[in-house]
Amino acid sequence: MSMLSEQDKQIVRAVQKGLSLVGRPFQAMAEQLELSEEELLARIKDMCADGRIRRFGAVVRHRELGFVANAMVVWDVPDEQVAMQGQIMAGFPEVSHCYQRPRQPGWSYNLFTMIHGRSREYCAAVADRISQSTGLTDYRLLFSTAELKKSSMRYFE
Amino acid sequence: MDQIDRNLLNLIQADFPLVKEPYRELGRLLGLEEVVVIARLERLCKSGALRRLGGVFDYRKLGYSGTLCAVHVEPERVKDAAAYINSFPGVTHNYLREHHYNMWFTVLAENGEKLDEILGLIRENTGVREIMELPAERVFKIKVNFNLE
Repeated sequence: MSMLSEQDKQIVRAVQKGLSLVGRPFQAMAEQLELSEEELLARIKDMCADGRIRRFGAVVRHRELGFVANAMVVWDVPDEQVAMQGQIMAGFPEVSHCYQRPRQPGWSYNLFTMIHGRSREYCAAVADRISQSTGLTDYRLLFSTAELKKSSMRYFE
Repeated sequence: MDQIDRNLLNLIQADFPLVKEPYRELGRLLGLEEVVVIARLERLCKSGALRRLGGVFDYRKLGYSGTLCAVHVEPERVKDAAAYINSFPGVTHNYLREHHYNMWFTVLAENGEKLDEILGLIRENTGVREIMELPAERVFKIKVNFNLE
């Protein structure tokens, strides 16, 4: 991984603050960084291309948009099947996140999927469909009962 | 929120135009005046549906360390424990879930050492004896677009 220059870090700090709702939102940002608007836009596009910026755009609050049910579904998957089953699960449009995580003492689940939906029943039905198409039956749904914090990370601050 | 708002949110979750006048460009794509796009985005921010417009970073590629943590907290201690845990800026998400491990949070830090330091402080100051650390070993999908059709 390439190291970030001090200027890269400054761009990260500026870009994570978010764009203002004015005609030319990159202009003030670029001035502060002593770059032209074109240069700043090119640098942001570079960061998108190399994956340092995973996505550029709107971050929404899904609860406010009606996705009120949120289930973390955890699966106990035989190690040799993880790569294949992870791909299958990721293919479900209802699955927003899918990660392999380590098993721990007393915790045998090694694949994690997040399902957001308008109801618990919906999330449970999606998990059931995933179970049917993967043949995996050892899973649990952990519904969230409260959101205690949801924020965007501020890097290099 | 009407269909125009939904179209706008769908569009800017995925393809925000990286051009000098992005709101004018969004207007062009949606058949709206720039001022209308800006007014609608202002309203969506105020209503809470839109949290931020900007870059979402891959913490690994910025050199950061992170993990998902699960802890068991006694019900009467949840409020205090959450207040302490959430006081760290690197704790970005924290949810109560229906399980013996009832509190699930994510932590990001500049490096592994700083991450361990934060987890050590949480153990010391919340009375939570055990933190189950579940760092992502492999990412199959991170989708952050919510289709509002």
